[in-house]
Amino acid sequence: MDLTSSTWLVAAVFSPLAIALLILLLPSDSKVLTRWVAFILSFVPLIFVLIMWFNYDRIDPGFQFDTGLVEWFPAIGSSFHMGVDGISLPMMLLTAILTPLAILASFNIEDRPKMYMFLFLLLETAMLGLFATLDLIVFFIFWEFSLVPMYFLIRLWGGKDRAYAGFKFFVYTMAGSLGLLLSIQIIGLSTGTFDINELYTVWVQLEGVLPVVGLDANTVKIIAYIAFVIAFAIKVPVWPFHTWLPDAHTQAPTAGSMILAGVLLKMGAYGFLRLVVPLFPQQAHDTAWVLALLGMLSIVLGGFAAFGQWDFKRLVAYSSINHMGFVVLGIAVFAWVYGLQYTTEGYRLDAIIATNGTVMQMFNHGLSAAGMFFLVGVIYERTHTRDLKQYGGIWSVLPVFGGILIFVSMASLGLPGLNGFVGEFSITRGAWGIFTFYVVLSMLGLLMTGAYILKGIGSTLHGPLKPEWKGLPSMTIREHIVIWPLMLLMLSLGLWPMWLQAVINDTVTAIFN
Amino acid sequence: MSDATITTLTYLVPVGPLLAFVLILLVTRKSRTLSWIVAWLGVFAALALSWVVAFYTFAQFLTDLHELELHPLVVFSEFIWLPFGVWTPEGCANCLYMGVGVDPLTAVMLFAVGFTVTMIFIYSVGYHNWGKPIGKILGVPNHGQEEPLMARFFAFMSLFAGGMLVLVVANNLLLLFIGWEVMGLCSYLLIGFWYAREYEPDPKNPQKLPPRWASVKAFMTTRIADVIMLLGIVYFYRVFGTLTFSQAFSAESLEHALETAGATGLGIMTLLIFAGTVGKSAQWPLHVWLPNAMEGPTPVSAVIHAAAMVSAGVYLLLRIFPLIGVGLHETSFVGPVIAGVGVFTAFMAATMAVAQDDVKGVLAYSTISQLGFMVAAIGMGAYIAAAFHLITHAFFKALLFLGSGSVIHGMEHGAEHVHDHHTDPQDMMNMGGLRKKMPITFWTFLIGGLALSGFPFFSAGFWSKDEIFAEAFAKGTVEGEIVALVVFVGLVAAALLTAFYTMRQISLTFLGKPRTPLAEHAHESNRFMTIPLILLSIFAVALGWIGIPDNFMQGILPVSETRNIMHHFVGATLYELLHELGLLEQFLKTPDWSWVPLIASLLVATLGLFAGWWIYGRKPLESGQEDPLVRPLGPMYGFLMNKWYWDELYATVFIRPTVWVSETLVSQWIDKGVIDGILHIVANGYYASAGIAARIEVALFHGVDVLKDWTLEFARGLRSIQTGKIQEYALVSTIIGAVLAIMILWIASGGWSG
Repeated sequence: MDLTSSTWLVAAVFSPLAIALLILLLPSDSKVLTRWVAFILSFVPLIFVLIMWFNYDRIDPGFQFDTGLVEWFPAIGSSFHMGVDGISLPMMLLTAILTPLAILASFNIEDRPKMYMFLFLLLETAMLGLFATLDLIVFFIFWEFSLVPMYFLIRLWGGKDRAYAGFKFFVYTMAGSLGLLLSIQIIGLSTGTFDINELYTVWVQLEGVLPVVGLDANTVKIIAYIAFVIAFAIKVPVWPFHTWLPDAHTQAPTAGSMILAGVLLKMGAYGFLRLVVPLFPQQAHDTAWVLALLGMLSIVLGGFAAFGQWDFKRLVAYSSINHMGFVVLGIAVFAWVYGLQYTTEGYRLDAIIATNGTVMQMFNHGLSAAGMFFLVGVIYERTHTRDLKQYGGIWSVLPVFGGILIFVSMASLGLPGLNGFVGEFSITRGAWGIFTFYVVLSMLGLLMTGAYILKGIGSTLHGPLKPEWKGLPSMTIREHIVIWPLMLLMLSLGLWPMWLQAVINDTVTAIFN
Repeated sequence: MSDATITTLTYLVPVGPLLAFVLILLVTRKSRTLSWIVAWLGVFAALALSWVVAFYTFAQFLTDLHELELHPLVVFSEFIWLPFGVWTPEGCANCLYMGVGVDPLTAVMLFAVGFTVTMIFIYSVGYHNWGKPIGKILGVPNHGQEEPLMARFFAFMSLFAGGMLVLVVANNLLLLFIGWEVMGLCSYLLIGFWYAREYEPDPKNPQKLPPRWASVKAFMTTRIADVIMLLGIVYFYRVFGTLTFSQAFSAESLEHALETAGATGLGIMTLLIFAGTVGKSAQWPLHVWLPNAMEGPTPVSAVIHAAAMVSAGVYLLLRIFPLIGVGLHETSFVGPVIAGVGVFTAFMAATMAVAQDDVKGVLAYSTISQLGFMVAAIGMGAYIAAAFHLITHAFFKALLFLGSGSVIHGMEHGAEHVHDHHTDPQDMMNMGGLRKKMPITFWTFLIGGLALSGFPFFSAGFWSKDEIFAEAFAKGTVEGEIVALVVFVGLVAAALLTAFYTMRQISLTFLGKPRTPLAEHAHESNRFMTIPLILLSIFAVALGWIGIPDNFMQGILPVSETRNIMHHFVGATLYELLHELGLLEQFLKTPDWSWVPLIASLLVATLGLFAGWWIYGRKPLESGQEDPLVRPLGPMYGFLMNKWYWDELYATVFIRPTVWVSETLVSQWIDKGVIDGILHIVANGYYASAGIAARIEVALFHGVDVLKDWTLEFARGLRSIQTGKIQEYALVSTIIGAVLAIMILWIASGGWSG
């Protein structure tokens, strides 16, 4: 229990909240000031996370920067407990990197920028808090808490169908949350604690008839397991719980989409890794094939659906389902091996590789999805259309944008040498020995990834230049500053994934040893 | 030279072009001249380093062959790339390693790739009319004017060269795959280089695609292969526990794999990886992309679709040959599948080439066909013959492509001169008589063409093709392998067609009198273009002499132990391993001398050339005259010209259904129809029940309608009816707040138990 180092963690989580409150104090008539204050101060959480990143000891398998159990709500046994390991720290890093870029991407928001920036930073606290917390109740609060700002970002700054999209997003997520809430209560009541680390043993070993609900522990676990899975599956989203996503993305403002695809979807996957599998190892093992099946369907049907779109943003939105399908497949491997009674060396290695790949894929998809949504925003702002049939020949007027779009698209496609490939390769490798059939089928989705990416590139850039697009303004310096850090990260992770995987791997390995 | 130095140099081989790519895009892209200079510097550095490494390896061969056979890896270096499991920087059992390795096979490949790629870089400057007035329109060819996007062209070419060199020096399957895919991307970018080009519908050639679609076709077709290959790689990785060639391919490791995965498992693994070759090297059934790939600028066709990228597919097979060898030995299906695909492709593509009128089209099919020769050779275990043909083919096919580019360039010049922009400058029917107009192009093209045909003794293609025939014949007759016999017959037939269509092409293009004003006003290309042609033609003649069989014309000529440099040098790569596996006899022995394949080879080459000359060269075609083969072949000619209708078949069976599944089935029916449909029914049902609830409520609690309002608002929101905003926000916030509050209070009060 290191209280001095845990300060960095607490500071990282709550500094965006403080900045958000500070922004409320700014004069409301100065949009420029608001934007710059929000942008510059959004580096504060990033600095805190970076300090943690460089002080993180990868050899130490436990939670680091651990706050210990701080009494918070003793009446219900919930305590404030935060700490990070090699799975949550990369997610925090992703959040802290994407938020300043998304804020910079939002400089063109003219409508109530103060409110907008306030919500954005509020969202950052919710996201960081979710990844950092080790208490179920606090986890749930952050989970719900993240919903509010995102809902308003879509509802107030979204496109013309924002009412429908916002509500769909809200209702879908709430539908999952209710079951999650009930299950969390049952867990807490049955064990007397909400501390995740403690529950890993206490809850898992719980047997017999539970006094609180009067049901057999296994029955309760199955019900709670299903509720957990649905809640997180909606967020990921796993097919067939995905239809909120294309609508939400299409209507959300550019920066909202960047964060939604970049980080919020990862919260679902993180829930699987942090809670579902470790809390329900047996149930997860038994139903791992269902997860693998749904992961495969997400990959394949997501790929086909993306290819079927003519709205560029919808296409990119569906690509998230396609890519997150690999994450689900990786989670299925994790679940299958984790719940295995007597595991062999081969399966253990499969699981280590697949889980590494899962976290890598989460991080990498965060980068490339944010990049793709941003670039769709760039072109939309110039052409005021997202209809792929309307574009054509834009490479001739925006050569640099064209090059950047191809680069980011290729990262998203999983071109070896760029980031997207690393996770997909590891997941495929890890899943091969366990879910061979699903892996083979999911290659169809990988094929479609190529098809929709080329559709996106070809429709916008290629073809004869249409007269209406002559003289489109080239990318501004601000836009370059948003995209270049993402591209550099994509390249660095493609060429030298070690810098990230070294952190992930040791935690993952510890889980399986 | 110390080991450390040569290792460093090996790492640096691909760096030059990769650096040039980055530099051009970031720094010099505004200056076309500076960009090509940077690209040249990069590729010259690569050439120098490749040749240093290649000749260093060759020097080992000259000093001590036995030592090289025992330790074929003269350079090997690796580092941890992805850590898995418990690890320290010093060592790790399960980590994924990356690195480079050089053995004799790498060396000959570096020799060929480094040189041909450099020639093509030199040529490209002339091809894009450097120094002429700059073209106005972006993304289309500007005949006779300097290419405005030349910087981009050289950037992509540099990345391509870098990718190819990475692939060659890779010591593991994953790094090879990275280079492989980077080249795939470059191929996409360069085929679609003239991305804005459109064609008017051409009744003669209905499947003609504009470059941007050709590039998509190339990328997607090869991607089919690549995703299958990816499965092969992960299977490989799981069985062998490593992707490093030298580690996986030891006798011990192969035997262990045979135990764990079984012979059938290894065979399937081999075929999964082989799928990659089928895509990249354009073998049937994935050959359809390569002819369309000719839409790219000609240097691209030369470098990607002749000398380097398509060769990568065969190189992959050579790299994993130990695995294939085990498969050939232990299973009954690996050999027939690989050899069958190869020989079928070789023959099929040769028939297609006979009926093509596009000067590059002929070469495209010829490339497919020649790659089929190599694949067939590997499928029957003729490892060295395949490698030999790969190398000679890289030189003479690059020469032919560049020659055809020079022809097109000359024709385009003619088109500019007479202001004719409708006559196709690539159609051989519009050419004729270019021999006098373009003498250097003619003579070098002739040399390349003869090499392709296997013109006896004085062409590189003769020796390499002859070695394949000799192997096939020996394996087929002496050892009685049916597969080899089929390969022999199929390839001899294909070779006959090859000589025929080559002579047809030469006759139509260069002999007789010009058939159009374009050809009339064509003139020789500039020196940037002719010098590479001359240099390449030297190799197209002489390279074959390094592979004359030790027992060539046994009985007339003395038998030598060292004559076949190619055989002993490349053979050293796998000598020790095959020896340990007991497969030396099967795969590395020089076949016993027989006159049959030599005579067959001589006969088909001369017969084919003669027939081509008899039909097309003796009495050259007049302007507007129909191809003399149209009448005798009848409907068959249409079948050949339309490439056996594979494109039409694929469009019907795969492409249209895919579009339907994507746009209609998945997007509309499943997502919007079924899933959202159910959702909306639930929402409507809720709305209705909320309405009833509201009435009951009104009846019961007069005036207590807060809940009702909320519920109705909620339901209306679901039905996407625009409601008052304030209520809605209030609703959302309240629900979340309420949920949290209820939860905490309820638990605090003891929940169920309380």
